[in-house]
Amino acid sequence: MKKTPDELLQAEWSPAGPDWLDPTVDFEARRGSWSYPAAPKNLKYLGFPNPREWSPTDADWKLPDDWQAILHRGLEERLAKYRSLRLFLDICVRCGACADKCHFFLGSGDPKNMPVLRAELLRSVYRKDFTTAGKLLGGLAGARALTPEVLKEWYYYFYQCTECRRCSVFCPYGIDTAEITMAARELLNLVGLNINWVMEPVANCHRTGNHLGIQPHTFKDNIEFLCDELADATGIRIAPSINRKGAELLFVVPSADYFADPGIYTFMGYLLLFEQLGLDYTLSAYVSEGGNFGLFTSHETIKRLNYKMYAEAKRLGVKWILGGECGHMWRVVHQYMDTLNGPADFLEDPVSPITGTRFDHAASTRMVHICEFTADLLQHGKLKLDKSRNDHLRLTFHDSCNPARAVGLLEEPRQVIRGVCNHFFEMPENTIREQTFCCGGGAGLGNDENMEMRMRGGLPRGSAVAHVRDTHGVNQLACICAIDRATLPALVEYWAPGVEVTGVHELVGNALVMEGETPRTSDLRGRPMLVPAEASHV
Amino acid sequence: MRVLVALLAVLALVVVGWAGAGLPWVTGIVVPGVAFAVFVVGFVVRVIRWGRSPVPFNITSVAGQQASLPWIDRSPLDSPKNGFEAALRVAADVLLFRPLFRNTRTKRGHDRHPVYVPERLLWAAALVFHYALLVVILRHLRFFLEPPPPLVGAIDWWDGFFQLTTPVLYMTDVLLVAALVFLLGRRLVDRGLRYLSLPADYFPLFLLLGVALSGLYMRHLGKVDLIAVKELALGLATFQPRVPAGLDAAVFVHLVLVSVLVAYIPWSKLMHMGGIFLSPTRTLANDSRRRRHVNPWNPQVAVHTYAEWEDEFRDKLVAAGYPLDTAPAAAPAATSAPSSESVHA
Ligand code: SF4
Ligand code: SF4
Repeated sequence: MKKTPDELLQAEWSPAGPDWLDPTVDFEARRGSWSYPAAPKNLKYLGFPNPREWSPTDADWKLPDDWQAILHRGLEERLAKYRSLRLFLDICVRCGACADKCHFFLGSGDPKNMPVLRAELLRSVYRKDFTTAGKLLGGLAGARALTPEVLKEWYYYFYQCTECRRCSVFCPYGIDTAEITMAARELLNLVGLNINWVMEPVANCHRTGNHLGIQPHTFKDNIEFLCDELADATGIRIAPSINRKGAELLFVVPSADYFADPGIYTFMGYLLLFEQLGLDYTLSAYVSEGGNFGLFTSHETIKRLNYKMYAEAKRLGVKWILGGECGHMWRVVHQYMDTLNGPADFLEDPVSPITGTRFDHAASTRMVHICEFTADLLQHGKLKLDKSRNDHLRLTFHDSCNPARAVGLLEEPRQVIRGVCNHFFEMPENTIREQTFCCGGGAGLGNDENMEMRMRGGLPRGSAVAHVRDTHGVNQLACICAIDRATLPALVEYWAPGVEVTGVHELVGNALVMEGETPRTSDLRGRPMLVPAEASHV
Repeated sequence: MRVLVALLAVLALVVVGWAGAGLPWVTGIVVPGVAFAVFVVGFVVRVIRWGRSPVPFNITSVAGQQASLPWIDRSPLDSPKNGFEAALRVAADVLLFRPLFRNTRTKRGHDRHPVYVPERLLWAAALVFHYALLVVILRHLRFFLEPPPPLVGAIDWWDGFFQLTTPVLYMTDVLLVAALVFLLGRRLVDRGLRYLSLPADYFPLFLLLGVALSGLYMRHLGKVDLIAVKELALGLATFQPRVPAGLDAAVFVHLVLVSVLVAYIPWSKLMHMGGIFLSPTRTLANDSRRRRHVNPWNPQVAVHTYAEWEDEFRDKLVAAGYPLDTAPAAAPAATSAPSSESVHA
């Protein structure tokens, strides 16, 4: 990132410049704030339309000849399929309550990042094509014809929304601009306007089972490597089963948890916890991904990828599914999975084998979040913990958008953090829980070429982290999301240097007093603990 | 420019109403009649059209703790557990404008970092406007019903409690105009709002102001013949239209503005009055893991089955010692294309 934080802070929130009906976007001048198009091989593999080499800076985007007709029909079809879309396009009063709620607007000052105007980009075309006033009055009614420039503007701004739904919380009618963005991305996909950071993971996940394209033998190697690390750190040798039939639980994690720093430490935390509990679980290489970039593509793609989860649970004959720390994965599991690929009548009611608690809130989907599972363990005193092993860490917690605003999973992770750490401090209230700010890199935007916009969008979160760093000496930003763990390290380095990013179950792993462990003087990352813990009291 | 268009449109309507006094049957009977019909038909068509589009997914937006573990305090209104609680959320949204109560304004704080301060003016103005309008509409029932229901008399009495003028100046009239002026002023003063506002945002505000001001004029300055107005209104309400003598031109201006407002509702953003009851992010409970939400058009999609996956990676799976469903010898040759097999709804 060439621009400094100070430069980014100069953005003005009072829009000037041309009328918003003017769609021009200068892609060349705005490098750093858009993502590269999808490689043709990924579209071909998935059977998506119009695979080709192209760049947003090209004058000709090589659209199919009848692209306008395709999009018109596509919108018509979606208006008939989604009440949300039709209603949200119809009833916005442009009150502006949502305007300054979007992290991308706050970071960029670009008025078209106000959620209301982002929606107007599509709404203006809807007016022109589907409303009487728009047909008769045109621009006077806020209607625009779908020109190539408008389409390019869609590409820019609908791949500049992380579908975080913060705007929806403040809208008097619950208008969710993420729904508009999802519909717009579906439309863009119809004419081959997609981004590679979304489509490559989708293609990989479809083929190998995970976004990163890790094949089964490497999957196993990675896990064995992490188990070696764990053995070094704790003296305990763990060998989790993979693709094992007859296990009680299938455990599904986002792939970054077994692949990249710092997610791998969260993964180690899970393994330690399950080992200590003697949990009868299996991992699966076929479902080596909990995340679902279909969510950023189309509802059909969500279903294609999510299909594997229930299919594998059925094949392995498990009783229910336990899911790891991941944000958009949990939006899909909580709000889409049962509808798309259920009913899960081949599974059993989710009951904790350790405490006997029945997770009634997951009675139909039969999939439980690891934080719900662990909070229940803590409540029942089932874990032997030494909280002081986390005393070198001063924590704050970033609510990830989807667990917060789609699931309402607010207290469970906090109960876990409080249960295993002594120093926990909340960020300012307008930046957490249901009002939490996005990491700026969700919905497929967490790529390097989009770094300037990521840092701009990361401003509200970064400022809040810097605030608790300065007031409470916070040095750890905990989260329960794999995208967060991938994007927040760059964000804190830029906006709140001195803070590191951690998963919640990494903290559990640090504090957990395991039977037969070697004396622990350092945490899972090898950082020295403040007061080296005694293993002798085990 | 966009403001001007809207203002001119409303002024033109005022002129139409004033000139229309010369054609009392048209302006006094036909116009309101047609407007009412357009409203009813338009409103119904609009709601039916929304209703015909299904709600394929439970996409409720959650603004509070879910109902999960019994010892965790949950938020029934912000994360409703069932349909009843979701209905309460809609009621609270409709009656109290809760989401706007939550509103904040982002300011530049230390070193230009963002800070968030409560911003409840919009909430207050919107609340005052809507309730004042409701009272004004209820008060008008005394023109349409004979005898007026007791409720109307009670409202009248409280509303005129301060008896500042003769005839009494209603508090709600003052509040209505004040709220409208605020809402208009905010759209003009706030640069962001001005930037995004369309003529369709100014038009209803000017129209409502026109309605309110023409009403105030008739009551306090023009002192129009209320008996005649009531005769006209009763005629309309009982479908026995008649045009009494002695109607002031202001009456026709008021009537035309109200007629246009009513007829405009179904074609405009004013439909939010109906839409708020159907908004899927608010009407649905946060119970999508507890109860299965059914999608009437659940799509058929191409998937990559386990068997295909096992075939494709067979050598690697064997080498890595994975348990397999199909013994290596019996397996067909590997393929890497996505499956054409479909999952059914
Ligand atoms: S808060 Fe809702 S109604 Fe108001 S401008 Fe935003 S989307 Fe439109
Ligand atoms: S969903 Fe999030 S990123 Fe998209 S417009 Fe709303 S606040 Fe902005």
